[in-house]
Amino acid sequence: MFKLETRNANLWYGEKQALKNISIGIEPNSVTSFIGPSGCGKSTLLRCFNRMNDLIENTKIKGEFLLDNTDIYDMDVYELRKKVGMVFQKPNPFPKSIFENVAYGLRIVGGKDRNEIKDKVELSLKNAALWDEVNGILNKPALSLSGGQQQRLCIARTLAIEPTVVLMDEPASALDPISTSKIEDLIYELKQKFTIVIVTHNMQQAARISNKTAFFYLGELIEFDNTDKMFTNPQNERTQNYVTGRFG
Amino acid sequence: MRRYSYTRAKLTDRAFKYVALSFTAFALGVLVVLLIDIFSKGIARINWDFFRNLPSRHAEKSGIMTALAGMLSLLFFTIIIALPIGILAGIYLQEYGKKNRLAKLIEINISNLAGVPSVIYGILGLTLFVRILKLGNSLIAGALTLGLLILPIIIVTTREAIRAVPDSLREASYGMGATKWQTTSKVVFPFALGGILTGIILAVSRAIGETAPLLVIGALVYVPFIPEGPRDQFTTLPIQIFNWTTRPQAAFIVNAAAGIIVLLLITFLLNGIAIYIRNKWYKKIRY
Ligand SMILES: Nc1ncnc2c1ncn2[C@@H]1O[C@H](COP(=O)(O)OP(=O)(O)OP(=O)(O)O)[C@@H](O)[C@H]1O
Ligand SMILES: [Mg+2]
Repeated sequence: MFKLETRNANLWYGEKQALKNISIGIEPNSVTSFIGPSGCGKSTLLRCFNRMNDLIENTKIKGEFLLDNTDIYDMDVYELRKKVGMVFQKPNPFPKSIFENVAYGLRIVGGKDRNEIKDKVELSLKNAALWDEVNGILNKPALSLSGGQQQRLCIARTLAIEPTVVLMDEPASALDPISTSKIEDLIYELKQKFTIVIVTHNMQQAARISNKTAFFYLGELIEFDNTDKMFTNPQNERTQNYVTGRFG
Repeated sequence: MRRYSYTRAKLTDRAFKYVALSFTAFALGVLVVLLIDIFSKGIARINWDFFRNLPSRHAEKSGIMTALAGMLSLLFFTIIIALPIGILAGIYLQEYGKKNRLAKLIEINISNLAGVPSVIYGILGLTLFVRILKLGNSLIAGALTLGLLILPIIIVTTREAIRAVPDSLREASYGMGATKWQTTSKVVFPFALGGILTGIILAVSRAIGETAPLLVIGALVYVPFIPEGPRDQFTTLPIQIFNWTTRPQAAFIVNAAAGIIVLLLITFLLNGIAIYIRNKWYKKIRY
């Protein structure tokens, strides 16, 4: 059974079709990479899974989008987004303290118990491999952290609401190599507990961290297979050209 | 050739700097002369009695107690009326309202309202509050009039402050399953509060100086009592000052100068408080 699935998914921004008949199934507790040239619809598809595209005016969708075999449009959108968390390209912590950033999700579901919140914040920061760096400065502003730390804080913030899926849109593209490798290690850890879908422009990154890789081109899903196979023996010529860097 | 034009650019640069500097100095100079004039005339007149005395026909016995009390009560009611409406309207228009042609029209209109001469508001207040609603020339009629006057300023600055909140923060909040209301109240509003406070500073400063609309709605020039409720008649410090300056006796001019000093101090104080709050707020959300 798939954790996330789309069947004949189509999406239009106004007149422009950004997704064309995409059918893809994502297995639980795995890392799936979305790759493809700029503008091919990777982010758009990712944002379908937690209905973030609902926030953009003039979008139209067709097809089925499923989470645990349930149509996500039959679910309460707020519940959906708590189950399907998202990490964005640019770190976007709230201008609040480190603690309050992670506690945000707990507070919006009405968490009141101070000790419980404290424990969950600590756990989330540990899960995001940030605890050792921020323990003792939890009341400092989140914006005083480095970019890489901010991004891990955003991951911790997402983990705190206990999602089952974490969507990441180029989470390391704004970071230095060391921070990037920390995030990659983290993703490797997280797949024990979560289903992870990550958009990336970095071929090595996709090869290193993901179980499966999907290649998109002009709104279409060209090829979707085990990462090894995608990078060593792709079936489609376009995939071949893209992963070997011949176009992109 | 290159060298020549580079030197020229540098010369122009320097010339511009001195021209700008001299204009600034001129403006400041005028202000300083005015202040020196006012202070030298009025400072000696400021004593405890000046604050405690009622207005009087005798300049030396005259005080600003009723004018001061009237002005502060008026400001209090004005803020109570205009602040919530202005801030909520600003939030609604920017964060909730549809961005269509009607919204554009409303936006332009509100900006225009901020530039309408204050006497016009006085006339509106006279017709609507004093006559139709039969509030008479009371404190509450004055506060409603001034409230209308500063409403556009508060709405416009609230909208601008909210527009300055990056969308990435809204996305972060929605992405965690927050509702629109949670996002607005917990992320957008706190981020915008610094800018909103700036708007309030501007608005209150404007309200403090207003005389014309209050005269139009019939604020009294001579009020020998402190207003005790919103239905009481009132006067304000600027009106009192205006009244003193129209008297021929030199002693009243001294009173006016002293009144101006008090008014200036109150304005500085209010601005100072607001700037202090704002800086503290920015520190909290930044570093
Ligand atoms: N809000 C929007 N309104 C209109 N068109 C959009 C919007 N967002 C994306 N598009 C268009 O949809 C197409 C797919 O965009 P998308 O952001 O999904 O691409 P992407 O694969 O994530 O690209 P990148 O690698 O540059 O992030 C692009 O042609 C883009 O111009
Ligand atoms: Mg993208």
